[in-house]
Amino acid sequence: MGPLWVVLAITAVKSLVVIVALLTAFAYMTWLERRLVSRFQVRIGPNRVGPFGLLQPVADGIKLFFKEDFMPSGADRALYFIAPGLAMVTAFTAFAVIPFGPPEVKLWGVPLLQIANPNAGILFILAVSSIGLYGIILGGWSSNSKYPLLGALRSSAQMISYELGVGLTLVSVILLSGTLQLPQIVEQQTLTWFGFLPRWNIFVIPVGPLAFLLFLIGATAETNRAPFDLPESEQELTAGYHTEYGGMKFAAFFVAEYVNLVTASAVAVTLFFGGWDGPFVDQVPLLGVLWFIAKVFAFVFFFIWLRATLPRVRYDQLMDLGWKLLVPLAILNLAITSAIVLIWPSLGGG
Amino acid sequence: MGVSTPGSPFLTTTVAQFEKLINWARASSVWPFQFGLACCAIEMMATASARFDLARFGAEMMRASPRQSDLMIVAGRVSQKMGPVLRHLYDQMLEPKWVIAMGDCSSCGGVYNNYAVIQGVDKIVPVDVYVAGCPPTPDNLLYGFIKLQEKIAREHPLRPVTEKELKTA
Repeated sequence: MGPLWVVLAITAVKSLVVIVALLTAFAYMTWLERRLVSRFQVRIGPNRVGPFGLLQPVADGIKLFFKEDFMPSGADRALYFIAPGLAMVTAFTAFAVIPFGPPEVKLWGVPLLQIANPNAGILFILAVSSIGLYGIILGGWSSNSKYPLLGALRSSAQMISYELGVGLTLVSVILLSGTLQLPQIVEQQTLTWFGFLPRWNIFVIPVGPLAFLLFLIGATAETNRAPFDLPESEQELTAGYHTEYGGMKFAAFFVAEYVNLVTASAVAVTLFFGGWDGPFVDQVPLLGVLWFIAKVFAFVFFFIWLRATLPRVRYDQLMDLGWKLLVPLAILNLAITSAIVLIWPSLGGG
Repeated sequence: MGVSTPGSPFLTTTVAQFEKLINWARASSVWPFQFGLACCAIEMMATASARFDLARFGAEMMRASPRQSDLMIVAGRVSQKMGPVLRHLYDQMLEPKWVIAMGDCSSCGGVYNNYAVIQGVDKIVPVDVYVAGCPPTPDNLLYGFIKLQEKIAREHPLRPVTEKELKTA
């Protein structure tokens, strides 16, 4: 590795590139979602603003930027201002530990295709996404209005309940890999079984598919996506925790939501679908980035599909699903995984 | 609001270009308020769904919160009791905001020529576009919406309107 300032400079550039990429991804995810949901509903979708409506996110952004800046009377001024920023910053931070390419790509000894590699990568993601919850709660509370407060309470209850299930599910993946570091988890999945089947965690029958399913349900609930978008269900709560937010502050919450979705997709890809693993990556390491983006895109498409397909669940159904189904199944999965790893230690990453 | 730009043609043209950009963005991304009052609301929903598809103009984002919406489509008759509520919701919307009076009832009272219904919603909020019909068909509403977009494109968000422009408008 080079001197400290080189490492810092490279890290700063990496972070900047990732933030710009995520913001662009956010803008075009809103476009993609509107187009796809329109298709699912036999409509056309935004097509007047630019070719294929491609300038729609730009117009939305400029419009939101030039909206009136607003503060509700009786709001907690500091917290009202901080909350959207907190939600957005934590959404970006969680992405920092995700490897989006092979670690061999280096510049002066610094891996280029991952921003940071702490030795507790998965825990870092769980911790940061939990801090993101504060953005929602503070936003709901500081607005001094009833709907945001109720939406924020719902959101916190929902996210804490599902955090349990997701956490337990992740423990079984950690057991399979024997490490908390995301690059190593991906590295293990680049191996193959019988010489052709990729050793992705999803293919570890029977625990892999079950863990993936539990993680997928939990991640949908944690990112507040349909069918679990109760914190912002409009027929009961107007717009949930961001009811009193307009203009750019609302846009910040919007960014946080979509970036969280990208992060959840990226975590699913990293833990279960071999991350950047794919054909020809060992010859051309940079190809890994493309495979990673393709896989994440597939997940994003899946989440949009889910939103266009399923109706919103009721609140008691949501809690029942979380506590009575996900948590017991996650514990069962954990037990089976432990047994398998005990019998066949080579699976547990040696 | 308004930036005074006396005697500087360069600054005036720059501001004019900038205004064009803002107007384009505002006209291309009008998010209506999810607010239906009566039978016209059914036609409003039809406008947003398949066959008519308001989404083509970037306007299918029906926001449930007045803070996030730009356009209030008053879809139906406004009773005396609803009047204050409507005005309250209008006040809660953030500038810039526009109002479409959809249908005869919200334009002038329509068939409800009686003491219980407000004879035209323009008595309580400023209306930008009136759409006639009882109820107006979705294509009528779409036409009214396009008229509103044209109106937004003529606005001056950054400078006061000159007398010459007032005469030509």
